[in-house]
Amino acid sequence: MRKMTARRGLGLAGLIVGLMSVVSPAAADLGLINMTRGVTESSRQIYDLHMTIFLITVVIGVLVFGAMFYSIYRHRKSRGVKPAKFHHSTAVEIVWTVIPLGILVAMAVPATQTLIELDDTSDAEMTVKVTGYQWFWGYEYMDEDVQFLSRLDVDSDRARQLGSGVQPASVDNYLQNVDKRLVVPVDTKIRFQITAADVIHSWWVPDLGWKKDAIPGFVNEAWTRIDEPGIYRGRCAELCGRDHGFMPIVVEAVEKDEFEEWLAGQRGGDAAAATASSNEQSEVSDQLASR
Amino acid sequence: MTATTQDHAHHEAEPTGLKRWLVTTNHKDIGSMYLLFSLAMFLVGGAMALVIRAELFQPGLQVVDPYFFNQMTTMHALVMIFGAVMPAFTGLANWMIPLMVGAPDMALPRMNNWSFWLLPFGFAILLSTLFMPGGGPAGGWTMYPPLMLQTGTAFPFVIFAIHVLGISSIMGSINVIATILNMRAPGMTLMKMPLFVWTWLITAYLMIAVMPVLAGAITMLLTDQYFGTTFFSAAGGGDPVLYQHIFWFFGHPEVYILILPAFGIISTIIPTFARKPLFGYSSMVYATASIAFLSFIVWAHHMFTVGMPVAGVLFFMYATMLIAVPTGVKVFNWVATMWRGAMTFETPMLFALAFVFLFTIGGFSGLMLAIAPADFQYHDTYFVVAHFHYVLVTGAVFAILAAAYYWLPKWTGHMYNERLGQWHFWLSVIFVNVLFFPQHFLGLAGMPRRIPDYSVQFADWNMISSIGGFGFGFAQLIFVYLLWQCIRGGQKAEARAWEGAEGLEWEVPSPAPHHTFDTPPVIR
Repeated sequence: MRKMTARRGLGLAGLIVGLMSVVSPAAADLGLINMTRGVTESSRQIYDLHMTIFLITVVIGVLVFGAMFYSIYRHRKSRGVKPAKFHHSTAVEIVWTVIPLGILVAMAVPATQTLIELDDTSDAEMTVKVTGYQWFWGYEYMDEDVQFLSRLDVDSDRARQLGSGVQPASVDNYLQNVDKRLVVPVDTKIRFQITAADVIHSWWVPDLGWKKDAIPGFVNEAWTRIDEPGIYRGRCAELCGRDHGFMPIVVEAVEKDEFEEWLAGQRGGDAAAATASSNEQSEVSDQLASR
Repeated sequence: MTATTQDHAHHEAEPTGLKRWLVTTNHKDIGSMYLLFSLAMFLVGGAMALVIRAELFQPGLQVVDPYFFNQMTTMHALVMIFGAVMPAFTGLANWMIPLMVGAPDMALPRMNNWSFWLLPFGFAILLSTLFMPGGGPAGGWTMYPPLMLQTGTAFPFVIFAIHVLGISSIMGSINVIATILNMRAPGMTLMKMPLFVWTWLITAYLMIAVMPVLAGAITMLLTDQYFGTTFFSAAGGGDPVLYQHIFWFFGHPEVYILILPAFGIISTIIPTFARKPLFGYSSMVYATASIAFLSFIVWAHHMFTVGMPVAGVLFFMYATMLIAVPTGVKVFNWVATMWRGAMTFETPMLFALAFVFLFTIGGFSGLMLAIAPADFQYHDTYFVVAHFHYVLVTGAVFAILAAAYYWLPKWTGHMYNERLGQWHFWLSVIFVNVLFFPQHFLGLAGMPRRIPDYSVQFADWNMISSIGGFGFGFAQLIFVYLLWQCIRGGQKAEARAWEGAEGLEWEVPSPAPHHTFDTPPVIR
């Protein structure tokens, strides 16, 4: 009877896959199952740590579950076996305490190295201050007199309203596009100073390899050095209220000279916008203070 | 106070009907109420999970407002943790610990009654907040400030409800400890106790240690909100992260509160159906105690991204990795118990085997999460959601279901319908994996948790996950039906309902009489 139930289970799985292929949007991706390698030295180290620990667990899993399923297959009453009587072995207990300990130490060494490197924000060539708001991000290029706010783009915002009738798949980069990107140079050690104005947020771009909490009243530091020009998309990772899911991050990494050009343009043209945003900032902190 | 002094006439004078349940001090009655209450909350919390999965079925918002979605994720967690899993374990403790140690009842029967009856009132308050102006709590079950302070009218009610639930848990724990330490039958030494009793003893100590810490944390939230303190506000010299430290000092032992009794259940069921004694009994006890100790020094691994000093991150990473050792010992012991046994695969055993397999997968992802630099990617994503649902659903919940099937004959005097039980198991185990396994992929690919809507690359796996969610949810209705059937009638259960079952609970008739062990049993 059990076999029959299992076969029905398989049939059900087939039905699910069938249903999926009919209704899922074209842009979705069943192959998207692993962490990104990212575009920085640290993100690659983190990816390697992730794959190492994953493979270790796979090997342990194959051994333990192998023994378990072999036992389930062989040591069943229906095969007429008589149960053994043994119930402990100090030697075996010591072995399976010490071996995992060894594996853990071997794993802790590279993890420690990566962690210490990630923590070192010294010798940064430039600094960007990131401020989390409910529900958008503010960026300030320190000592450059450039600052702006970065919000969910209008198309996504329209489509994401309850019952909007707009197909998310029809929107370009639905929920991962902003009105104004954070532009940064490649091959430059960039220090981020991350804080928040209202509640806790978390600034996360998977391609950079880390996320860091943005905490009101405190400044957290992190750094990156991006290898390749490109557009890297991330999102807020700490529950921050109603629109937590709607405050994406877009980082555009460009060549150094291109970046200088862009920065110069921002200084001149967007002074008004910058003032507006700083007004808004002080408004928010007034609100906070009054609470 | 003890049942030994009660004569037959006294039994007949006991109230009947509703009043019986209201004033009962009998551990079996109270255990049953705990278990049925837990089942009700499991269904309520499950319905909330289905709202979540319905919204996440497709990208875009189709079903609920994002703020209501946040209320659902928050309440789902609070209801499942404090309403479903913890009361289920307390119910099992009430029913089984006196039977297992040969005691006539729990040590403090009146307090037992009160600790149960606080629960319905606590949950009435908690659930009523969903209908208050501004809605229920929406800041996550972790209730981090400053976000939690933005809760509307519901705020003080949530805090009060959690205080009530905490008081209930503490009283339940005091009762368990008093019973185990004082009321064991003569000859039942500590190292002869069934492992379920051992794990509960340790769990009870954990609860007494940390529930007051939670109470402290939420009281500080309350005074920050209403009485002008600034514990968690930087503007007044406080620190929002302080709350997280206090919360997780409660929160991490809490996750072991939710799993240690499950270890005890599995260590009871596997030997029964393998017809072979548990392998490494004493190492199981020591491993449980080590896990409990380590649970107090790993809390900040929930906070690797808050910006701790690197030395702190390193300490918490190493301590967390260490937990893999005693947990590994447990899994190895279970497999060694099966080894060269003579196994049969009734429903309790199936759930127990699924527990060993799937809980271990949750343990593996836990080990991955312990690696701090990798956690900078995993943290607050669906990878974490997948991890803790593997340990809590296919871990704690599967163990509770296994326990229910295992002891139902003892509770009701009837065998449950094995065919339905097998259906329940196979549908649950298939759908729960369809539900949670893809969430590993979603998290690794970059989907944060607690979001009502997502970008389209996550659509496929979310849809599969939602299908699994509805399948798993509806499969539980089989259990409800089976339970109803089993309570009403069925094949008569023998005193020793399972061929290989050991322990004092199988020495008394099935169903267990209202009063058992009026005179202590003889322990060999």
